[in-house]
Amino acid sequence: MATPDRVSYWNKTKGLMFTMLGLWVFFGYVIHMFVEQLNTIVIFGFPLGFYMAAQGSLIAFVVMLFWFARRQNAIDEEHGVHED
Amino acid sequence: MANTTSTTAGGGDFTSNLGRIYGIYTGGFIAFIILMAILSAMGVENVVIGYLFMGFTIVIYAVIGILSRTMHVGEYYVAGRRVPALYNGMATGADWMSAASFIGMAGSLYLLGYDGLGFVLGWTGGYVLVAILVAPYLRKFGAYTVPDFLSARYGGNLARFIGVIVLFSCSFTYVVAQIFGTGLISARFLGIDFNVAVYVGLAGILVCSMLGGMRAVTWTQVAQYIVLIIAYLIPVIWMSTVKTGVPIPQLMQGQALANITALETAQGITVHHITPFVHGGYDAKNYFLLILCLMVGTASLPHVLMRYFTTPSVREARVSVAWSLLFIFILYFTAPAYAAFAKWTMLDLVASGLTPENIAEKAGWMMRWAAADNTLVQICGKAATDTAAIVAACAEKGVTALSFADINLNADMIVLATPEMAGMPYVISGLVAAGGLAAALSTADGLLLAIANALSHDIYYRMIDQNAPTSRRLIVSRILLVMVAVLAAYVASTKPSDILSMVSWAFSLAAGGLFPALVLGVWWKRANSAGAVAGMIAGFGITIFYLVMTQYGADLDKATPNMELWWGVKNISSATFGLPVGFAVMIIVSLLTRAPSRDMQDFIEEIRVPRGKQMMEEKTA
Repeated sequence: MATPDRVSYWNKTKGLMFTMLGLWVFFGYVIHMFVEQLNTIVIFGFPLGFYMAAQGSLIAFVVMLFWFARRQNAIDEEHGVHED
Repeated sequence: MANTTSTTAGGGDFTSNLGRIYGIYTGGFIAFIILMAILSAMGVENVVIGYLFMGFTIVIYAVIGILSRTMHVGEYYVAGRRVPALYNGMATGADWMSAASFIGMAGSLYLLGYDGLGFVLGWTGGYVLVAILVAPYLRKFGAYTVPDFLSARYGGNLARFIGVIVLFSCSFTYVVAQIFGTGLISARFLGIDFNVAVYVGLAGILVCSMLGGMRAVTWTQVAQYIVLIIAYLIPVIWMSTVKTGVPIPQLMQGQALANITALETAQGITVHHITPFVHGGYDAKNYFLLILCLMVGTASLPHVLMRYFTTPSVREARVSVAWSLLFIFILYFTAPAYAAFAKWTMLDLVASGLTPENIAEKAGWMMRWAAADNTLVQICGKAATDTAAIVAACAEKGVTALSFADINLNADMIVLATPEMAGMPYVISGLVAAGGLAAALSTADGLLLAIANALSHDIYYRMIDQNAPTSRRLIVSRILLVMVAVLAAYVASTKPSDILSMVSWAFSLAAGGLFPALVLGVWWKRANSAGAVAGMIAGFGITIFYLVMTQYGADLDKATPNMELWWGVKNISSATFGLPVGFAVMIIVSLLTRAPSRDMQDFIEEIRVPRGKQMMEEKTA
């Protein structure tokens, strides 16, 4: 079953997974570790650190997921393993 | 309204007309709100409006449930795998957003300020893990239940059985919180005793899930999403318009935050709403661990994962996760604004010169809530049932002018009380009650179905009687559903804890027990049966041990001293310990025992690609 094409497919899928995981760590955790520093920047009354936890990271998660669905689909089609 | 759902029982016809059907339904619901507003203006009593709102919506859900009844196994367990990505996303949104999101979250944000945002982050970011690690692969496998996958991947009924135990524990904890929420709403808006109200909520839950299984639950949840999102947005748009003149609360939240900080400073409050890591014992460590446990729990909760079994393809399953998060996002990025506007309103009220004598006149709603349950509103440390009680309590403490800190509002009542707090007409209160009810019912439906399916499909059919005919399996499922529901209602009537804590425990239990086995099952071929079984037992065992010992102690009595927290980690983040232990045990035991067979390795290869027929075929005769 482990044909070269399947191996390459899985490597790309893994690559996309790790990219997503990295972005997830960044928007889920890393950025919020700097909340105190970000809070010194205020936009429309929002301290930026507060904004990121209340809205910013959430927007990032939504966009990431739609992008992921498209990207993974393209990988499927490239390797001919998409559903008919 | 009945004809908007009359085609539910038909198959293809119904799915191709979804947009029109739910469009008419939404229009009908808005017309109903306007009708209620007119009745209210004509002088119909508040409690009647409350009954109409809750009664009407429950009837609609019941009608959908009855029209979608089915005796077909594939329809009952996975809605025939015909649910389009967008609608599955909406149904998942309702399945996901429970009493905790609707009732509990904004209230906690009100009390905890920045630190409450851990819930907002934790309950959204987990969908990234669902999409990239778990859901598409389980869809390809073609399971009916999550334990189905565990059994196929880890060869046998032991893994299945442990999976069922974890599923039962987390889903049951979760469902108790939902029934508690319906009880709270019924007690306040219908004026019935809390202990009776929990059983009233139960009836509404059962009509939807019992008759039509996953198919009925799916189409009811879409309807419930529409009700709950309208009910959530209207009060906060209202407050934003009144306070700032702009009906976009998410944007105007910035102005609200600036005003909160100014009012806090003027009133001498030193712990600011926007200051991180200072409220309710959430230091940075607990904040980040909570986010982790909630996110990982998201990707392990069976009632969420099973929603992705209903899409027509793997591809649709992936897009559906994105849609789910979009629909959830609409509520979640509004919740912090909700909290900010409510807090602004309260700080303004205090700034207007509040005394024990005039509070009943300025904020009579507090007394009505205190009358519904004496723990909900406390002023000067005592239940604020009437002016005499408040004056007495405050005199004892020597308080003459009330400050913000003297008024203690329960987190679970803030969203429900906001319309009254901000002086909106009662019809908005009725709407919010209907929305909270929709949120609690939709999640309870999904949870009860997950439990009943695990018991009837995994335990009864797969482990006890492989030859059981379809009809008997479905009847067994329904009987179990009712039994579990009644038990949950009983537990809810004992008021174990607040809604948000109960729900967070469920996330930790799922994360500690299931996450390593699910993820490594797809992503690590070397993971074997012995490793998974040991890992699930260890991860779940540590999580539940920590939870029970710190909450109740070895004597199971909450009143007596309980086990000290380990390194100060709150027990709503119990999976902090279960998760690493689960992974470590699973990996070590797998490496010490034999690698999975060639067949199993091929099986994993197949799960990883979307093409090809689904792995588990079910006889549906």
